[in-house]
Amino acid sequence: MKLLGKYVDKGMQGTVTLMPEESEDMWHAYNLISEGDSVRSTTIRKVQNETATGSSTSSRVRTTLTIAVEGIDFDTQACVLRLKGRNIEENQYVKMGAYHTLDLELNRKFELRKPEWDTIALERIEMACDPSQSADVAAVVMQEGLAHVCLITASMTLVRSKIEVSIPRKRKGSVQQHEKGLAKFYEQVMQSILRHVNFDVVKCVLIASPGFVRDQFYEYMFQQAIKMDYKLLLDNKSKFMLVHASSGFKHSLKEVLQEPAVVAKMSDTKAAGEVKALEQFYMMLQCEPAKAFYGKKHILRAAESQAIETLLISDNLFRCQDVNLRKEYVNLVESVRDAGGEVKIFSSMHISGEQLAQLTGIAALLRFPMPELEDSDDEDDENGAVGGHHNDSDSD
Amino acid sequence: MSRHRIVRTMDYNDEYDGYDDVYGHSVDDDHCISPTDAQQWLYDRQRGQQSISAFISKNKDIKEEDTDNDDDDEDEAFAKARRDSESFQMPELDELDQAKLSSCVDEVRSVVGDAVSERCIVETSMRFDFDIQKILDEILNEETKKTTTTPAKSKTLTIPASTSASASAPTPAATATTVTQSKSVNKLPPPPPAPAAPSSGSAIAPPTKISLKEPRRGFDIASPKTPSSPVVSGRNTPVDIGIGDEASRNAAGIFKVSKDQAQRNAQQLYEKERSDQKSHIHMIVIGHVDAGKSTLMGHLLYDTGNVSQRVMHKHEQESKKLGKQSFMYAWVLDETGEERARGITMDVGQSRIETKSKIVTLLDAPGHKDFIPNMISGATQADVALLVVDATRGEFESGFELGGQTREHAILVRSLGVNQLGVVINKLDTVGWSKERFDEIVTKLKAFLKQAGFKESDVTFTPCSGLTGENLTKSAQESALTAWYTGPHLLDVIENFKIPERAIDRPLRMSVSDIYKGTGSGFCISGRIETGVLCVNDKVLVGASREQAQVKGLTMDDLSQTSVFAGDQISVTLAGVDINNITVGCIISDPQIPIPVTTRFQARIIVFNVKVPITMGFPVLLHHQSLIEPAVVCKLTASIHKSTGEVVKKKPRCLGNNSCALVEVETSRPICIERYADFKELGRIMLRVAGVTIAAGMVTKIR
Repeated sequence: MKLLGKYVDKGMQGTVTLMPEESEDMWHAYNLISEGDSVRSTTIRKVQNETATGSSTSSRVRTTLTIAVEGIDFDTQACVLRLKGRNIEENQYVKMGAYHTLDLELNRKFELRKPEWDTIALERIEMACDPSQSADVAAVVMQEGLAHVCLITASMTLVRSKIEVSIPRKRKGSVQQHEKGLAKFYEQVMQSILRHVNFDVVKCVLIASPGFVRDQFYEYMFQQAIKMDYKLLLDNKSKFMLVHASSGFKHSLKEVLQEPAVVAKMSDTKAAGEVKALEQFYMMLQCEPAKAFYGKKHILRAAESQAIETLLISDNLFRCQDVNLRKEYVNLVESVRDAGGEVKIFSSMHISGEQLAQLTGIAALLRFPMPELEDSDDEDDENGAVGGHHNDSDSD
Repeated sequence: MSRHRIVRTMDYNDEYDGYDDVYGHSVDDDHCISPTDAQQWLYDRQRGQQSISAFISKNKDIKEEDTDNDDDDEDEAFAKARRDSESFQMPELDELDQAKLSSCVDEVRSVVGDAVSERCIVETSMRFDFDIQKILDEILNEETKKTTTTPAKSKTLTIPASTSASASAPTPAATATTVTQSKSVNKLPPPPPAPAAPSSGSAIAPPTKISLKEPRRGFDIASPKTPSSPVVSGRNTPVDIGIGDEASRNAAGIFKVSKDQAQRNAQQLYEKERSDQKSHIHMIVIGHVDAGKSTLMGHLLYDTGNVSQRVMHKHEQESKKLGKQSFMYAWVLDETGEERARGITMDVGQSRIETKSKIVTLLDAPGHKDFIPNMISGATQADVALLVVDATRGEFESGFELGGQTREHAILVRSLGVNQLGVVINKLDTVGWSKERFDEIVTKLKAFLKQAGFKESDVTFTPCSGLTGENLTKSAQESALTAWYTGPHLLDVIENFKIPERAIDRPLRMSVSDIYKGTGSGFCISGRIETGVLCVNDKVLVGASREQAQVKGLTMDDLSQTSVFAGDQISVTLAGVDINNITVGCIISDPQIPIPVTTRFQARIIVFNVKVPITMGFPVLLHHQSLIEPAVVCKLTASIHKSTGEVVKKKPRCLGNNSCALVEVETSRPICIERYADFKELGRIMLRVAGVTIAAGMVTKIR
């Protein structure tokens, strides 16, 4: 992301001009823009003209529009951000108040105006514009018959393809079916790597699996590469790294990112840092349960007592539609910082972020034990579900 | 195009399957004849043959002709009754008598209705010289007599309906009474003196009609189990039986099955098919990696003559070439190149042996930590387990310590419902058949197994050597061993396992553990029938999508079968469903009582030793039968006291080591699961994280 211009006045009102450069920037934009903001960007609009005789012609024109955002859609797979809203600046093509949906495009600048810029939003801009943070890693987690090809960027884990093949088991007398199925599966995984991994950007490719699947696959892949002359693979052989994982499901990525060899290679990436922080939280919960808490109610009370050492908070809490709720979380983050605590904002697109989002989206390690928090919740029953998309519907 | 259909050989069951779902219940459109009409009036050669052969195959033990069999008696009486009403010729009489007779018959009819045949009335009226009062007395008395005999008759009649196997030998007492009574009816005894009022008589008559007709529905010669076809069942319209209340209660009652499948009596079928066979048992072999499981099993197979000398020789030569001669027996079960090259088992190997009274399916589980998912899928199919431990110094200890597979496997099989365990102390030859070592291991294991939940009486300990074959199929020869060991050898231990109860009369449930292309058309799935019965041509529902499929073939141990029962390890050839829509771990179920499909359920779990506590939102891998599915513990409902089951704390923040709790688990994709209370086999779950089993539990509630 490129910051082209920033004007924020003392009342924290103002505009920022940004230019997204890669797909991940869309994710940042998605986190920045909330309902009620106004966005100005160039777009294509279908305009209908009626001639004097009554016949109408429609034509597509590129024009610059400013809309007041009413709806935000983000496609995580394609990294496309669509903003729906009413036009607030009339021009020759579009009337005031007409609805338009803006597709933010790469390498086209947009201007974002917020009635109030909070620290979280400003931080997000800073983070998005930091070039050092772009460290891309590709990871293939696999087991027999199941593989996920993922791209891990600074703030997102994208499952590029999921391969599910049912491989016949070995049975008496017919091992061929098993081996044939396996070869077919490896072929598919290899093709998927060739298609989805951009070796110009990706620093390393992790191949993780239980047992010997990764070794078998690695062997197969380079045999095939020599046979079929896949230059791309042969040239980047040094980028491949074999790691252990307990299964081929997506969340075993967490184990992969904890692997010491992997940590050494991608130490400064956000993904690995988040996994580590969450692990610390769980360790604390195991050893000293009175020093680790989750859930909004507990955290707010702990923050009141300035007890929070590290605050883990998922960014989906800041994306909520309710302005007051967002403000509440922003204030919480600020108060923790003021009290000298550390705040880690998890990306809900990472594996650990997903887990945190499930865990009410907010958790904290305390400076000192607060057993009284634990006792207090016997009084009321409903404390759960604060997380944005976690709906706790008891339907019976 | 209906003109061009070969109506004669059409299978109407297939043809009209799902017809009603699509078109409602009107019968026109492209079929020129309604299914019921067709069934009633059209001669279907194929069907006739089927039903005859079915009759023969199913009623082998019925005696040809029983002279005093009351069935015949009944038939005769009934045939007579029918002749009476259908083809009775009025006797030749003069005009006056004719008029008297007709008025008399009318009179009697007005009192007794149609219950009595015309012939009977005519005969009686002629005998009593057209005296209305006397005729009525006589007829009604006879009727009441019949009513008293019918209960006895209907009793003997119901026996073939419920158990056709025992039908050939009805209770002699019942037969005797009915015979004498029906004889007395035929003899037409003189009318009793007491006159019965016509009004009371007419009150009795209608029940007579019912009781006579009830057991006779459909003039059926064959037992009600056989499908009603025009050839065997006469002219009755086929009645839909069996899909009554059951279906209307169920949302999935829309799935139609053949009547044969709907009305099957599982227990009876089982007795017929399996009473003369040895009982089946599935045994899983578990233990730490390199404990010698595969070698032990390979040697056992060789010694019991299930592996030919030639094959064994081949293995010996090949393993020698690789410099791994000690693996020659393991190669019997480890067949893939990868497994042989690495010298470890990776997937469950399967083979079978026969003992004196049992057919044992051996499941050779992998011992390596990474392959525990495979081991779990194997263990869900097992009835009993054989735990192999390495007696070598240091090896036993490493397997038994925390993180060793001896421990984890034993706990896993226990929580998967295996209660009988044979412990094999293997490689005892490496410590010189030392009794001290044996005892040391036994005491350690005993304490642990008791804690894991095994009853002491269900656990046996056997010393042996898988490589040398000592104490496998023959009693110990080695003097060092015979000096102190007199117990049974391994084959005897296997022989002594008790056969668990099979839930045959429950609705069908089968878990799929493998999918492959079979020979010929369609594809095969293999797995274990958990409950119920499956026959060729049955309709089944597949997995969470509830797609309907038809069973085209059944094989068990490479032998084709017509029906298989709970507990069997089988492969099924399916038609009507795409191979891509079926995955390992899905459940095949009965269309009439389908398995619940859900993404969220409540379970009662026991947390094992965990590194980090379980909280809300904890991502886990859910193991259910052969299914492995990512899931999230989405709610901690309550923590429970381990032994009393009382709620200790509502909504705990986290679950630590060795705790017990009620939790809710949510999967991303819908899965088939049953409550533990309904189906023990399908209500067990296992939660694993990062290659470690963190909890086992049972399903208590399905949303």
